[in-house]
Amino acid sequence: MLKPLTADIRPDRAALPLAAYESAGGYQGLRKAIAQTPFQVQQAVTASGLRGRGGAGFPTGMKWSFVPLSGGSAGGAGADSSGHRYLIVNADEKEPGTMKDRWLMEGNPHQLLEGALIAAWAVQADIAYIFLRREYTRCAESLTRAIAEAQKAGYVGERVLGSEWNIALRMHMSAGRYMCGEESGLLNALEGRRATPRNKPPFPQVSGLWGRPTVVNNVETLCNVPHILREGAEWYKALSPGSDPGTKIYGVSGKLNRPGLWELPMGTTARQLIDLAGGMRDGLRLRGLLPGGASTDFLSAEQLDVKLDFDSVARAGSRLGTGTMIVLDDHTCPVGMVLSLEKFFARESCGFCTPCREGLPWVARTLEALEQGKGESSDLDILQQHVGLLAPGRTFCALAPGAVEPLGSALRLFREDFEAHVHQKRCPWK
Amino acid sequence: MKTFTPATARAGAIHLTIDGRRYDVDAEGKNLLHVCLSLGLNLPYFCWHPALHSVGACRQCAVKLFKDETDTKGRIIMSCMTPVTDGMRLSIEDPEARMFRGQVTEWLMVNHPHDCPICDEGGECHLQDMVVMTGHAYRRYRFTKRTHRNQDLGPFINHEMNRCIQCYRCIRFYRDYAGGTDLEAMGAHDDVYFGRQTDGTLENEFSGNLVEVCPTGVFTDKTLKMHYARKWDLQTAPSLCVHCAVGCNTIPGERYGALRRVRTRYNGEVNGYFLCDRGRYGYEFVNGGRRLRQPLVRTGDSLQPAAAADAVSRVGAAVSRATGSGASAIGIGSPRASLETNYALRSLVGPANFYLGVSDRHLAILRLMTRVLREGPAPIASVRHAARSDAVLVLGEDVWNTAPILALNLRQASSNAPAAAAMKQKKLNAWDDAAVRGAIRHEKGPFFIASVEATRLDEVARECHRLSPSDIAALGFATAHEIDASAPAPAGLSEPIQAAAQRIAAALKAAEHPLVVSGAGLAAPEVIQAAANVARALKKAGRDARIGLVFPEANSFGASLLAAGGLDDAGRVLAAHGGRVLLVAENDLFRQMAPESARSLLASAGHVVAVDHTTQATTEAAEIVLPSCTYAESSGSMVSSEGRAQRYFSVFPPLEPAQSAWRWFDEIAVRAGKKAAAWKGLDEVIRAMTQEFPELRGVRDAAPGADYRLNGSRVPRKSIRESGRTAVTANVSLHEPPPARDPDSPLAYTMEGASIGAPASLNARFWSPGWNSDQSVSKFQVEVSGQLIGGDPGVRLFEPPAQEAGMYFPPSPADQPARDGMLMLVPRYHVFGSEELSSLAPGIASRTSPSSISLSRAECEKRGLREGDRARVTVDGAEATEMAVLIREMPEGTASIAPGVPGTPVLPLPAWAGVTLASVAAEAER
Ligand SMILES: Cc1cc2nc3c(=O)[nH]c(=O)nc-3n(C[C@H](O)[C@H](O)[C@H](O)COP(=O)(O)O)c2cc1C
Ligand code: SF4
Ligand code: SF4
Ligand code: SF4
Ligand code: FES
Repeated sequence: MLKPLTADIRPDRAALPLAAYESAGGYQGLRKAIAQTPFQVQQAVTASGLRGRGGAGFPTGMKWSFVPLSGGSAGGAGADSSGHRYLIVNADEKEPGTMKDRWLMEGNPHQLLEGALIAAWAVQADIAYIFLRREYTRCAESLTRAIAEAQKAGYVGERVLGSEWNIALRMHMSAGRYMCGEESGLLNALEGRRATPRNKPPFPQVSGLWGRPTVVNNVETLCNVPHILREGAEWYKALSPGSDPGTKIYGVSGKLNRPGLWELPMGTTARQLIDLAGGMRDGLRLRGLLPGGASTDFLSAEQLDVKLDFDSVARAGSRLGTGTMIVLDDHTCPVGMVLSLEKFFARESCGFCTPCREGLPWVARTLEALEQGKGESSDLDILQQHVGLLAPGRTFCALAPGAVEPLGSALRLFREDFEAHVHQKRCPWK
Repeated sequence: MKTFTPATARAGAIHLTIDGRRYDVDAEGKNLLHVCLSLGLNLPYFCWHPALHSVGACRQCAVKLFKDETDTKGRIIMSCMTPVTDGMRLSIEDPEARMFRGQVTEWLMVNHPHDCPICDEGGECHLQDMVVMTGHAYRRYRFTKRTHRNQDLGPFINHEMNRCIQCYRCIRFYRDYAGGTDLEAMGAHDDVYFGRQTDGTLENEFSGNLVEVCPTGVFTDKTLKMHYARKWDLQTAPSLCVHCAVGCNTIPGERYGALRRVRTRYNGEVNGYFLCDRGRYGYEFVNGGRRLRQPLVRTGDSLQPAAAADAVSRVGAAVSRATGSGASAIGIGSPRASLETNYALRSLVGPANFYLGVSDRHLAILRLMTRVLREGPAPIASVRHAARSDAVLVLGEDVWNTAPILALNLRQASSNAPAAAAMKQKKLNAWDDAAVRGAIRHEKGPFFIASVEATRLDEVARECHRLSPSDIAALGFATAHEIDASAPAPAGLSEPIQAAAQRIAAALKAAEHPLVVSGAGLAAPEVIQAAANVARALKKAGRDARIGLVFPEANSFGASLLAAGGLDDAGRVLAAHGGRVLLVAENDLFRQMAPESARSLLASAGHVVAVDHTTQATTEAAEIVLPSCTYAESSGSMVSSEGRAQRYFSVFPPLEPAQSAWRWFDEIAVRAGKKAAAWKGLDEVIRAMTQEFPELRGVRDAAPGADYRLNGSRVPRKSIRESGRTAVTANVSLHEPPPARDPDSPLAYTMEGASIGAPASLNARFWSPGWNSDQSVSKFQVEVSGQLIGGDPGVRLFEPPAQEAGMYFPPSPADQPARDGMLMLVPRYHVFGSEELSSLAPGIASRTSPSSISLSRAECEKRGLREGDRARVTVDGAEATEMAVLIREMPEGTASIAPGVPGTPVLPLPAWAGVTLASVAAEAER
């Protein structure tokens, strides 16, 4: 089984130095890319079928094609050649239960740099930023060192690898809010503004950082790119048995014997992952799981054979999200678990739009009342209503719809637990 | 009444179906909320504002959009964020949409304190209106509410953060629109705070608009709070701001004889939705302790109250004697008095004996500006034109301080060109505020400023040039020459000025609607001539160019049209033939000329009669003083910088024996036997004036005459909800007192009669059923942000002649080089402190910086002065004045002082002056 993204990462996660990276084939992808036109690189990535690993699964090549280049864009936008274009690495990784990007950045920073440089070439960016989560200080160290190495080696800077292309690569430590990871909130944060999201359209590819064409990609997404360029689209597709190509970094957390991260073919099932994690701890029973971080719907214990790829999880009623699951066991109160998630979301709401700003704290307080035995039967209606009201399009951005995904599915799957809280006037787990 | 939507289908119009009804609208590129409100439909909203546009934050404006006739499910969309397209089908009444809107209101009320009874916004609160409109009535939220600490934001604005519904309008207005920096959104989630980092006065000169922009009671008028009355209890009338020549339309409110506040009266051409803080808070002079309430007659050193009839007879007799003696009475008019008052005085003394109470030099500037506008190198820009221009050149005028609302609109204009380019390139909607601003972060439009020192508009300008007045003129002349080679070029240009002129000319010429702005601020004729040349050159080059010239006082333009000469002239005439009668209308000569000149002018007259509403140095020096009315107790007309004749109406009746100044002059004329009968009302004055001055004909049409009736009734000044009408004086008499008469207007001091449907110039308030706040203005507009129904009030008096007539001005010769130790001293104006009447308002006075002199760093260093030093300033050997020293970015050899600010000497400016500065601290050391 091939593990292109992580095979070279050392067990102690010490950053792979440039020489080691190069001898494992590193920066061959960049060389290949620069020998091609940006359009050809976009096509190669489109052909690979790579979908964004930041949560939404948007096809990466298509995303790039919307950037207007001097001669117009492959995606149909008019020419725009007057000024900067930006490539931004979204390394904010604040989704609860998610730590996949950290592994990649700590262990193999050059792989990310190479992916970012290829992406930058493909959209003719001249400035690239890595927008890094504040708490990721080890990543900051490894990336800072790697950027310096890459600069010295001529992969970054002026006239990259003897070409006419100049690219500046900078790292920015985020001030740290969940909203800074949402791509348009990220752009505002990078501009020194409040991290509130922007309306779309215009999409960042047309009007992004400082109003200039900008592509925001997730760390894991970009780490796939050097391999696609080096080995080709067909090779990449063959990495997974299903229709969703490549490998995925999956994670498992919860009360299992060996929670952790694995790089596996896209489409691995939840059951296989739970087996890898050594199964449930201490004879606990699995009651459900959030397949892709906190902002996805619960899958039930009956749905463990769902293939964890974008389309299959969607068909099962949830989202692949970041691909890092959180498992709920039968000794943990589902209301308490949802409460802790909703507290997080209510706190991380940016406060821009009414439904999320006022609705999520109301949800969190209602769940808290249930947990404290002060719930009322009408509370379940209020929670249920919020699930419907905080739907996409009704709130300004995707945070709130994501936030009510675990709530809505919990109300469906664990209804009796919620009702028990109301009727027993206490949390049955306490 | 609305003309936005003709009922018949038309080709080219956008057709849409709302709740099953078909509409055809000219609304290309507009959003659905704009369209619905323009159609007169009731759709709730918060974060959208007609001038600030859409951001999609509140989610209150949700409607249901259906794909086609077969779509029965539809989907919820935000109307303010959705462009209208042909064939759209939507529903406002859809149950799910209604439910969602009701839910949004419930969310907004989760943390709202529900303290309407003690909230100053109550009764004109957009939140109250929207809660009622959406039907949210019962609170289900049962947990605690978040609370905030309030801040002291200075003299103008009260802060009650608990009422905030986080619509983000305040910071969008204050920061994005008005360029303020000291108001911020802080915190996140359900704990967002709108305030300053620490307590303190909000610094922006447009801060008062927060009280109208904020849809709740967070920001409310602090001056109103000191004598609070609900909106429905305020007697109001359509009025004008008298504190500068922009002529913003206002709605002042009165109760029990005191003016309580001033609100914006929307006029699409003049001021849109906003006022500056001088205009909003200057009103307190009306209630001030310095008001004249009685006729006064001098006995010895003091002025003693006298009966009105006695005072008038004395003056009448003196005037009549003077006329008989051949040395007729002299009248001095005022740039802050109405046309009618100036005209009445002129009629009393005779045209040849009427002078405008400003220096001859100043009058020459007014005359020059009038000549330019009359000849029309280009049409005069209204404020709306200014806001739409796509390239701007400001020559010499510190517009921010001399015509604040014009400046606020120029500030928006600066981004027109880059915004238009971005909108085209990135396919953005003009109303998508965040997207448009986000797309042009680093770009500045073709906006150029040439000024002596830094101005607050500099931050939006592509280039700022700090030049002496003569260099500013040279830059203008050179620019005109670059645009049109037949415009004369100035001699001896420096290389940088030449290069700048080329860049500016290219940019203006590349624009479709370029604008040139200058004015009387520098009092430099050559700068005005240069501006005229640029406008003419642009017009010749086929551009839709406009010119804007800023007049100094509310009616400088109008009054100058009536006068035979200026103050120096009047002084010469008075001195030539001693003992004459001098009548001064609402003017303090000590602000217009140096004290010794004013004293000697007054001393050379035999009798000095001063008419004014407020005690000032001239009334104090007069022999007879007659009390007139402020704008709040009188009606009249003024001409703004746009050459727009506008009418203001009394808000409440004057307290006898005070009366409009023109009535005093008219009574004197009758008493002096110059006239058989008194004018019966304002309309008669206007009729006489416009017969004599056909150019002023528009004054008559600026508003309906006193005989206008709406459905047979006068238009009420009071609201139908006024409380306690019949009970208020019941302790005195059970009979309701008859309302005061008003011979000057078709308005009544009562609540009887309809007001909806009156012409816009008679709009005493914006109110519509269900819309108790100022947001009801959209019910009075043809289209959101368009004209008021029936037309925006006021009549433009000057349009360029059909035949291109005027010629270019020849460039003036360069100044003589500075002599050693001499400085080019120029005036520097301030929103707070430069204008006479507003400075009497305590709030404005507290915001006025002490008198100061600004100099370049080099000039300061030469003199061993540092920023903040206090220095004794002696100009041409005159009495020394102590001032603060400011180091400003300005050319070496120039300095500025702030006329009108207490402590600044009255000097003829600009002038080369021998200025000596001695640091007070240094003197003390010696
Ligand atoms: C509230 C919120 C938080 C997000 N946080 C992250 C994040 O931390 N990292 C990330 O890569 N994407 C995050 N996203 C997704 C990004 O908006 C964006 O879709 C992604 O960076 C695009 O990259 P991709 O196309 O490579 O997946 C977040 C989205 C939302 C709505
Ligand atoms: S849903 Fe609204 S409040 Fe929540 S994070 Fe997005 S924009 Fe902010
Ligand atoms: S203070 Fe007023 S304007 Fe500002 S966000 Fe709150 S409610 Fe809106
Ligand atoms: S002072 Fe001038 S700009 Fe300000 S409100 Fe009055 S008229 Fe308008
Ligand atoms: S008015 Fe449309 S979202 Fe606020």
